[in-house]
Amino acid sequence: MDRSALQRGALGVDLRPGRALWLVAPVVLAALPFVADALGDASITTLATRIVILCIAAASLNLALGYGGMVSFGHAAFLGVGGYTVGMLYSHFVAGAPFLGFVPGTDQMLLTLPAAMIASGLAAAAIGALSLRTGGVQFIMITLAFAQMLFFLFVSLKAYGGDDGMIVRRRNALPFLDTRNDTTFYFVCLVLAAAWLGLLSRIVGSRFGLVLGGIRQSERRMAALGVPIYRYKLAAFVISGMGTGLAGALLGNFSRFVSPDMMHWTQSGELMIMVILGGVGTLMGPVLGAAALIGLETVLAGWTEHWQVVMGPLLVLIVLYLPRGLGSLVSRKAGGRHG
Amino acid sequence: MSLVVEQLLNGVQFGAMLFLLAAGLTLIFGIMGIINLAHGSLFMVGAYAAALTASKTGSFALAVPAGLGAAACAGVAVELLVMRRLYARDHLDQVLATFGLILFFNEMTVILFGRQPLFVQLPAALNVSVPVAPGVLYPVYRLLLIGLGLAVAGGLYLLINRTRLGMLVRAGATNREMVRALGVDIRLIYTAVFGLGALLAGLAGLLSGPLTSVQVGMGERILILAFVVVVIGGVGSVRGAFFGAMIVGMVDTLLRAFLPGLLRNVMAGSEADALGAGLSSMGVYFLMAAVLLARPKGLFVAHG
Repeated sequence: MDRSALQRGALGVDLRPGRALWLVAPVVLAALPFVADALGDASITTLATRIVILCIAAASLNLALGYGGMVSFGHAAFLGVGGYTVGMLYSHFVAGAPFLGFVPGTDQMLLTLPAAMIASGLAAAAIGALSLRTGGVQFIMITLAFAQMLFFLFVSLKAYGGDDGMIVRRRNALPFLDTRNDTTFYFVCLVLAAAWLGLLSRIVGSRFGLVLGGIRQSERRMAALGVPIYRYKLAAFVISGMGTGLAGALLGNFSRFVSPDMMHWTQSGELMIMVILGGVGTLMGPVLGAAALIGLETVLAGWTEHWQVVMGPLLVLIVLYLPRGLGSLVSRKAGGRHG
Repeated sequence: MSLVVEQLLNGVQFGAMLFLLAAGLTLIFGIMGIINLAHGSLFMVGAYAAALTASKTGSFALAVPAGLGAAACAGVAVELLVMRRLYARDHLDQVLATFGLILFFNEMTVILFGRQPLFVQLPAALNVSVPVAPGVLYPVYRLLLIGLGLAVAGGLYLLINRTRLGMLVRAGATNREMVRALGVDIRLIYTAVFGLGALLAGLAGLLSGPLTSVQVGMGERILILAFVVVVIGGVGSVRGAFFGAMIVGMVDTLLRAFLPGLLRNVMAGSEADALGAGLSSMGVYFLMAAVLLARPKGLFVAHG
């Protein structure tokens, strides 16, 4: 117990790997939109916003995948549920007709974000409750199956745009803040991401997180200790789904557009890649992974139209020579999963 | 009535195609413990090599060995360069590496051959229909596909259960170290199995060329269905892959063919079509979820 308490530090954050990073990162992130303005390149802010939002999703997936050992290939479903909650509430707000006859639409972010998290949490509870009856490769595939079902369900829902998706004409509003301003929206996302990551690190360091880690290492041993494994895993899966739903809601606001593509299996794959790329089962791994993947995509795409021909072999090389992900570059001790 | 027979045969034909892909996938997974997302890329390599050979030489007979050869070569190269280093690793590392391979193969194909889909003309001898039942005509090429699928299934059964190589493969799946200790070069066997899987994927690819267009990304669309087949059938079981492929092929084809029509009886035309298309695409995944909830390891559990 005292070892984990040592690791956590004051904010419940593991301070040891790259202490300097913790001091420099907030300054850089806060200064970023102003630097972008000074350079006259507003695309930097939107790129950073996208990275920050996907950090939330990747870190949430990592709670299930890295800490809980539940390899979900269907997390894009929760991204989509979060996004569609925003989109559907907005379209009902505009039309003035309540959803299902009793849920009024809204464009208030203080309502839509919690609604998105509740909706995706419910979806995760349903999918998790069924999927967790299997394990291993079967778990990977059954989560994929449920995500694909939702994907095709939304494709066939003509009332909400079907295949084409739906446009959210205006970003959800916040009191006292103008979310239509890209810089303001960036800071909203940044604060939410920091809060969510802080919460995740508290969860990982708590008794709940330790039990979850124990289950990942040996289910049988934890069962022998009298731990209700299924309930712990389901709880972690639901929290993970809620975080991904939050990211989906922000993504819908950010691009002012939601479509079934948000829950396509390639999106699930991309979230997984971010986590693996950065380092499975580490707090900062998914953050690094999301930043690296989207950053590399953007840089390579600016360099050549055929950027994937460079990206592909690069990923292979990273797997072969950095088995613990990019996080191991920052700190040799980053491997919580292997430690 | 004739429509039902035709769609049933279409289902079997699609199942045969899925089996060719799923057989390689399940062998590679069951025996080497590798999740190979790039299997769909090998399917695409086979399809492209055959389509290009056919269009350059005008000979379908030359296109067949070209597609098989290209897919097998690509498969062996992938095994030697990448997969060989990943056997001892986590499944997650394999997912990341093979995802990288997909990006590479897809974009390389775009660079070499462009984004325009290719179309393959069937030779005149195969481009005919024959009566399969009173009043029902069915294309001879699709019948050929069904026959090939069955032949490959039989051949694989014999190879795995009746030959020395098959015995070593089964032994290697059960206990790799023991087989190695007995003086067998297990790495060579792994390369051979991977090459065989690639060959079958290439066969599926080159055969599907004349039925659909040959284009970038064709591999991933069918790969997910092949994974569904593998999981329904039971990972590592070739027999399971065969029955899984038939079930998935049949369910997918029949739902697509008949569900929109049935829905149109209860709702407006365009909505019925959209909902029908959505529901029939969901059907296969619904089936997989149901199978896994009833039998978490799939229908046929491999016995090594």
